[in-house]
Amino acid sequence: MKILVCIKQVPDMESRFRVNSAGTWYEEQDLAFRLNEYDEYAIEQAVRVKEGLGGAADITVLSIGPDRAVEAIKKGLAMGGDRGVHIKADQPHQMDAWQIASLIAAFARDKNFDLIFTGLQSQDRGSGQVGGMVAELLGFACVTTVVGFELNGAVAAIRREMEGGLRGVVRLALPLVVTCQLGLNTPRYPTLPNIMKAKQKELLTFQAADFPVGDSLVQTEKMYPPEKKGRGLVLEGDVNELADKLAAILKEKAPALR
Amino acid sequence: MKALLIAEYRQGKLLESTYELLAFAERLGAEKAFFFIGAEAEAPHFDGKVYFAEAAKYGEYNPDLHKRLVLEAVQKESPDYIVFLHSSYGWDLAPRLAAALKIAQVSEIVGITADGFEVPACNAKMRRLLKPVTAQAVLTIQSGAFSYQGEPGGTPSLVPVELADSASRIEFIGYEAAEKKEVDLARAEVIVSAGRGVGKKENVEIVAALARALGGELGATRPVVDAGWADHSRQVGSSGQTVAPKLYVACGISGSIQHIAGMKKSDFIVAINKDKDAPIGEVANVLVVADLLQFIPALLARLSK
Ligand SMILES: Cc1cc2nc3c(=O)[nH]c(=O)nc-3n(C[C@H](O)[C@H](O)[C@H](O)COP(=O)(O)OP(=O)(O)OC[C@H]3O[C@@H](n4cnc5c(N)ncnc54)[C@H](O)[C@@H]3O)c2cc1C
Repeated sequence: MKILVCIKQVPDMESRFRVNSAGTWYEEQDLAFRLNEYDEYAIEQAVRVKEGLGGAADITVLSIGPDRAVEAIKKGLAMGGDRGVHIKADQPHQMDAWQIASLIAAFARDKNFDLIFTGLQSQDRGSGQVGGMVAELLGFACVTTVVGFELNGAVAAIRREMEGGLRGVVRLALPLVVTCQLGLNTPRYPTLPNIMKAKQKELLTFQAADFPVGDSLVQTEKMYPPEKKGRGLVLEGDVNELADKLAAILKEKAPALR
Repeated sequence: MKALLIAEYRQGKLLESTYELLAFAERLGAEKAFFFIGAEAEAPHFDGKVYFAEAAKYGEYNPDLHKRLVLEAVQKESPDYIVFLHSSYGWDLAPRLAAALKIAQVSEIVGITADGFEVPACNAKMRRLLKPVTAQAVLTIQSGAFSYQGEPGGTPSLVPVELADSASRIEFIGYEAAEKKEVDLARAEVIVSAGRGVGKKENVEIVAALARALGGELGATRPVVDAGWADHSRQVGSSGQTVAPKLYVACGISGSIQHIAGMKKSDFIVAINKDKDAPIGEVANVLVVADLLQFIPALLARLSK
C-alpha cells in the first residue's frame, strides 16, 4: 500500500496579521508557523492505515513551501511517515490552488499511490480546492470532509460530514483522495524517540521548477483586514475593573440575575 | 453574463440554501439557469431553465456522476460562472469541475466588487480579493452571505441531462443522523461556551461555573468537542447546533465562520478573548480583552455577591 499525505505549513491563527508590501499576502516575517490543523488528521489517518495493515504500507509526506516547510514534514515523519518530499517554493502563495494541485499531481503521477490524504482546507487560504483538483488530475475518486475512514482490503468505507451534523456513508475502491475534516481521529503527539528517528528518515528535495505546471488561473488583487462594521463595546485594562464592568452588564442581560 | 447555479438536494428535498445562489446571481447581474439533480416535484421555484437529472438514477450523493452531469449542462449552457454553495456538496464537486475544465475556482465568496470576488482568509481575520483569469470560472459562495429575500416563485422549464454510461466507483450506503444527547441547547436562554482558549479539559469547568452562575447551559466549539472536553450535543456552529439565546458568552473562542453561523442570531453577545483582533469581536456586543483564566474567576466573585 502506497500512501501520500499532502501537508502545508500555516501561521498560528492567533497571530496579528499585517499585509505585505505587495499588498497581496500577509507579511510572514514575525509569524510563527505550524502544521495546518486539518493536515494533522491526514497524517494520523495515514499512520493508522499503515498500523492496521501491520506495517505493510509506505507513507510519503509531501509539502510545498520555503525551507521552513521542512519542519512540518519532520513532524509528519515523527508521527509515522516514512519519507519526506519537500518541493521548494519560496513564495508558494503566489501559486493558486490549481498550480499547487498540478505540482502534486506531477510528482505523484508515476508513483502508483493507492491513497492520498490531504486536509479539508488550509487555515490561511481556506479554499478547499487542492485535494479535489489532485484527484481530478490523477483520475482518482475523491471524498471530502471525511470524519470516518476504514479500509477493508482495497475498499474504503467512509463517513463524510454534511451540514447540520448529518453524515453520509459511502463505500468505494482505491485509488482514492480523501480530504480530512477536524475530528476524524485524535492526532498523536510525536514522542521524543520518534522525533529523533524522524531525523534519520529520507527527505527528498525538489524545486517547484522541476515540475512545469503552467500559469495561474486566479489572480490575487489584494489582501486586507475585514472592514470593522458595527463593532460593539471593547473593554480593556485591569482584570478587576473589567470584571466590575461586565458584572454590571450581565446583571441586566441574564434573566437569572435580575 | 450567464451563471449556472448548482442546486442542492438531500433526503428527498431541495435545500432552501439553493436560493442563496439566486440572490448571488442577482447581485452579479447575471442571466440565470439552475442545475438540479433530484425529484421533479422538488425542482427550484424559478421562471427559467433548470437542467435536470433524476436522483433516482444518479443518486443524491455521487460526485463522480454528478460531476459528469454538470459538465453536460455546462456544455449546453456555456455559462460564464458555475456557482455552488461553499458546502459539503460544493467541496466535493467544485474543484473537480474546475480541474476538469481547467478553469479558475474562487472559493467561499462573501462579497462582489468591481475588481473581483471577496473571500475570507486566515480564519476570517483577513480578506482576499480574487479575480479569475479564465473566461469561465467555478465559484462557491459562503452560506448566509447572500440571502434571498421573499418567497421564491415561478415555473421551471426542465431541460433533461443524461449520461449514456452511469457506471460509478462510488456506492452510497446511506445517511446517519447526528446523535442527540445530554442537552437541547436550542431551549436555553443563556449559553456560555468554551473554546480552545480554555487550554485544557479541566478549565472547561471554569466556563461551566460561569454558565451556572448565569442560569444557563454550557456550549462549546468544535475543537473542544473533538478533544472530548464536552459532549457533542453542546457544539454550537454549522456542524453542531444553531442557537439564538437571549445571552451568549463566548469564552476563548476565535469566531470562525462556522461557529458564528451557529450563534450570530443571539440577542446579546459577550466575548472574552485575550486577542483584541479575534473575529468574534465582529459579532460581539461586548468584547472583554482578557485572559479568561484570570477574568472569569474575578467575574464569578462579583456575580455571587
Ligand atoms: C465544515 C466545517 C464545519 C465546522 N463546524 C464547526 C462548528 O459547528 N462549530 C465550531 O465551533 N467550529 C466548527 N468548525 C471549526 C472552525 O473552523 C474553527 O476551527 C473552530 O470554530 C475554532 O474553535 P475555537 O474558537 O474554539 O478555537 P481557536 O480558533 O483556536 O480559537 C481560540 C481562541 O481562544 C483565544 N484564547 C486563547 N487563550 C486564551 C485565554 N487564556 N483567555 C482568553 N482567550 C484565549 C485565542 O485568542 C483564540 O481567539 C468547522 C469547520 C469546518 C471546516
